[in-house]
Amino acid sequence: MIDVAPFTGRWEVALPGIIVAATALVVMAVDALSRTTERDGLAVLGMVGIVGAAVAAIGLWLAPGTGPGFGDTLRADRYALFFTLIVCAGSFLTLLMSVDFLRDQPLPPGEYYALVLLSTSGMIFLTAANDLIVVFLALEIMSVALYVLAGLFRRDARSTEAALKYFLLGAFAAGFLLYGIAFFYAAAGSTRLDVVAHAIARDGLRPLTLLGIALVLVGFGFKVALIPFHVWTPDVYEGAPTAVTAFMAVGVKAAAFAAFARVFMAGLGGVAASWTGVLWVLAALTMTVGNVTAVLQRSVKRMLAYSSIAHAGYALLGLVAATHDGGAALLFYLTTYVFMTLGAFAVLIALGRRGEPNEDLADWAGVGFRHPVLGLSMAVFMLSLAGIPPTAGFAGKFYLFSAAVDAGYVGLAVVGVVNSLISVYYYLGVLVAMYMVDGDRAIVPPSTRPYLLATILVSVAATLLIGILPAGPMAMAKTAFLSLH
Amino acid sequence: MTGVPLLTLIVFSPLVGAVLLALLPREPVAGVRRAALVFALVPLALSLWMLARFVAGVGDFQLVERASWIPQWGIEYRLGVDGISLFLVLLTTVLTPIVVLASWGDIERRVKEFFAFLLVLETGMLGTLVALDMILFYVFWEVMLVPMYFLIGVWGGPRRVYAAIKFVLFTMVGSLLMLVAIIYCGGRVKAATGAFAFGYDRFLALQFAPSEQLFLFAAFALAFAIKVPVFPLHTWLPDAHTEAPTGGSVILAGVLLKMGTYGFLRFALPLFPVAAVVAAPVIVALAVVGIVYGALVATVQPDLKKLVAYSSVSHLGFVMLGLFALTPTAVAGAVYQMLNHGLSTGGLFLLVGMIYERRHTRRIADFGGLWGVIPVYAAFFLVVMFASVGLPGLNGFVGEFLILLGAFGPWPRATAIATSGVILGALYLLWMYQRVVFGPLVHEENARLTDLRGREVAVLVPVVGLCLVMGLYPAPFLTRIQPSIDHILARLPAATAMARR
Repeated sequence: MIDVAPFTGRWEVALPGIIVAATALVVMAVDALSRTTERDGLAVLGMVGIVGAAVAAIGLWLAPGTGPGFGDTLRADRYALFFTLIVCAGSFLTLLMSVDFLRDQPLPPGEYYALVLLSTSGMIFLTAANDLIVVFLALEIMSVALYVLAGLFRRDARSTEAALKYFLLGAFAAGFLLYGIAFFYAAAGSTRLDVVAHAIARDGLRPLTLLGIALVLVGFGFKVALIPFHVWTPDVYEGAPTAVTAFMAVGVKAAAFAAFARVFMAGLGGVAASWTGVLWVLAALTMTVGNVTAVLQRSVKRMLAYSSIAHAGYALLGLVAATHDGGAALLFYLTTYVFMTLGAFAVLIALGRRGEPNEDLADWAGVGFRHPVLGLSMAVFMLSLAGIPPTAGFAGKFYLFSAAVDAGYVGLAVVGVVNSLISVYYYLGVLVAMYMVDGDRAIVPPSTRPYLLATILVSVAATLLIGILPAGPMAMAKTAFLSLH
Repeated sequence: MTGVPLLTLIVFSPLVGAVLLALLPREPVAGVRRAALVFALVPLALSLWMLARFVAGVGDFQLVERASWIPQWGIEYRLGVDGISLFLVLLTTVLTPIVVLASWGDIERRVKEFFAFLLVLETGMLGTLVALDMILFYVFWEVMLVPMYFLIGVWGGPRRVYAAIKFVLFTMVGSLLMLVAIIYCGGRVKAATGAFAFGYDRFLALQFAPSEQLFLFAAFALAFAIKVPVFPLHTWLPDAHTEAPTGGSVILAGVLLKMGTYGFLRFALPLFPVAAVVAAPVIVALAVVGIVYGALVATVQPDLKKLVAYSSVSHLGFVMLGLFALTPTAVAGAVYQMLNHGLSTGGLFLLVGMIYERRHTRRIADFGGLWGVIPVYAAFFLVVMFASVGLPGLNGFVGEFLILLGAFGPWPRATAIATSGVILGALYLLWMYQRVVFGPLVHEENARLTDLRGREVAVLVPVVGLCLVMGLYPAPFLTRIQPSIDHILARLPAATAMARR
C-alpha cells in the first residue's frame, strides 16, 4: 500500500492555483455551450476567478501557520503568496484589457481566455513549488499555454514564427532544466529543495551539484530572458498578439523569477559564493545589452521587448546581493515592473487597431497632446521604467541599488545606474515622438474602449501610488522574502 | 500660527495649481493665462509670509517639518530653510509669476500645458531647496528635470528636441552617480548606527576617510558641476538656452543653474570638507577658466541669446570661485551673486525675448539705433545690462566685489585673472548694447518697432527694482545669509588641517 496521506493533507496550499485552473475549465465549457456570440462575459468570469485566487492568497497570508502541502512539494509561504498576488494582478489586468483587444482582433475569445487562465494557474503553482519536479511541471503548464497564445494569429506569419520559435527554444531550455534537476537528484537523492539544501550543507559543493546549478541556471535564464539566453524574446514579443506579449513580459517574468529566486536562495543559498559571480556577469550583460539594443529600435513593441530584458537584469541585482534586502528588493521591483510594463503595453494597444498596429515611433507623432490621458499615462510609464522619481520605478531601483550597495556590490550598482542613463534616452524618445513631433494620424478615441482605458488608469494609479508611498509594499516584500527560510 | 506646515504649502501649492490648471478648459486662453498667474502668485505670497517668519541671525534651519516616509530605509519627509535657501526660494517664487507674464504673448500653442509644466517645475525647484533628507532632495532634483525637458522640447526652437535630450542626459549622468553616492552614505550611516538613514544631519555626522571623501565628493561634484555648469561641462547650456522659449530660459538661468551652486554649498562642501579643500585648487582653476572663456566666447556671439547664455558661464564661474575660496566673505558674495545672476540674467533673457517677439530675430547685426525708436525698452535694457556688468549701485557689483575681496587672500593670482573677467564682462555687454541700441537705424523693420506694453513693463519693474534694492542696501540680505554660511564653514578648519596631512 502506498501511503497517500502526505500527498493529500494541506490541500489548501494549492487553493489559488486550483481556483484559476477550475475557472479556465469553466470558461472553456461556457464557451462551448453558449449560443450567443457575446464573449465579454468570459473575460469577466476569468477576472472573477483571478480575484477569487487573490482572495484565497490573502486568506492564506493572514492565516497563521499554513504549512507545506502535498508532501512538502508545494509551500504556500508568504513568499509564494506575494508572487501569487503579483501574478494575479498581471493576469487580471491582462484580461481586463483583452476585452477591448479581442473586440478588435481576429482571435478566438474562448480559447484565448482559457489559455490565459491555464497559464496563470501554472504561474501560481510555480511561485509555490518547493520541489524541482513541481517547478518543471508548473513551468510547462505555464509555457505550453503561452506557446499556443503566441501563435493565436493563425494567419499571421510573424505570430506563427513567434510560436514556433518560442516552442522550440522553450523545449530546448526545458531540457537543460530537467538535466540540471537530474544532477541535483544524483547529488542529494531528492528533488525537494529543502533536501537539496540539506545535502549541500552536509556535503558542501560537489561537482554534480555544480553541474546542476549551471544547467538549471540556463533553464531559468531562458525563461526570464537573461542575456545570452534571450535571443527568442524580441521576435516572440513582437510576433505575439500585443496583449499576450504584455502577459508574457509581466506574468512569465514574475513567476519564473519566483522559482528562480526560490531555487537559488532557499535551495542553493548555502553555496551562494559559487553562483553570485556568474549572476553578477549575467546581470551586467543583461542590463547593458538589453538597454543598448533597445536604443536602436524604432518599433515601440520591440523596444519594450528589449526593455523587459534589461529589467530582468536590474531585478537580478537583488539575487546577486543574496541578502534579505536583496531578495525583498527583487520582489518589490517585480511588483512595480508589473504595473509600469503592463500599462505601457496597454497604451501600445490603445494606439493601434486591426490592420493598423501603429507600433512604429513615427506613428505616435503628436499623440500626446491630442489624447492627453494616453499621453500622460505613457509619460508616467516611461519615466517609471527609466527610474525617475516620484514613480514606482524609482522606488524599485532605489531598493535594488541600495541592497546591492549594502551587500558590497557598489560596482554592479554603478553598472545599473549607467544603464538607467542609457534607458532614459529611449524611454524619453517615446515622449519626444508623442509630444515634440507634430503628426495627425487618427487613432481610435480611447473613450470608446473603456476596458483598455481602465487598465491604463489602474496601472498609472498603481505606478504613482507605489512611487510616492512605497513603505507599505516594501514592508510586505520584506515579510514575504523572510518567510522563505 | 506655528502649526502651519508653511514650507509644504509653499512647495506643493504650484503642483496643486498645475493640476487645477490641467483640469481647466483649454479656451479661453486669456482665462488660462490669468489662472496660471494666480497660481504662481500663491507661492509668492506664502513665501513672503515665510520671509516674515524667518528669524535673522540664526544659522540653523528654521520652519522645520518632519514626517516619516519610508521607515525601512530611514527616509524622512523633512523640510527646512536657512539663510542660504531662504532667498533662493524667494527668487524662485518671484521669477515664476514674472515668467508667466513674460510668456503671455510668447506662448500661443498649448498654453495650458506650458503653464502646468512651469508650475510642476516650480514645485521641483522649491522642494530641492528646502529638502533636508537626501533622498527627498534627490527626488525633487529629478522632478525638476522632466518639466524642463518638456518646456524646451515642446515649446523650443528648431533644434529643441536635440537640446532637450542633451539637457536631460547631461544632467542625469551626474545625478545618477550622486544617487549611488547618497546610497553609499546611507550605508555608512547603517554601519555607524545600525540602520539606514538619509537625513542631512545624519550625513553631516558621518566620519569619512579622506580617500572615501574624494570619491563621494567627486560623485556629488560632478552632478552639481554639470548643473552649474562648470567649464568644461557647460556644452549643454548654450543649446538649451538657445532653443528654450523665453520663459524656459529665464527659469533655467534664473533658478535651475543655481541648484548646482546651491548643491555645492549645501552638500558637497560640508559633507566632504577634506575633499573640498583638496579639490579647491582644481575647481578654482576651472572657475577662472570658465570666467574668461565664457566672457571671450560671449564677446564673439552674433546671437543675443547665445551671448547671454555664455555670459552665464562666465558669471557662474564667479560664483564657483567665491564658493571655493572658502572664506566667509567670498562665500557670502557667491550666494549673493547667485541671486543677482538670477535677476540680471533672467532680466536679459526677458529683454531678448521681448525684442524677438517683435522682430523674430536675435541676431545682433539685425538691430541698431533702437534708442530713438523704443526708448522705454532701451532704458530697461540699460539698467539690467549694467546690473549684469556689475556697475556700483546695482546688485551685481556687491556680489562680485565680495567674491573678489574674499577670494584674493587665498587665491591672489586666480582672483587677479578673474578680475579681468569683470572687465571682459563690461566689454561684451557694453559692446552688445552699443550695437543693438545705439548707432544709426540701418534696418527698415526696426523703425516700425513698438515700445513696451504695460504688461511688459510690469514684468521688468520688479526685476529692475530688486536689482536696485539689492545694489543699494544689501545688509538685510547679508545678515540673513551670513550666519548659515558661517555654520557651514565652521567645519572647514579641521578639514584643512586634515588635508594638509
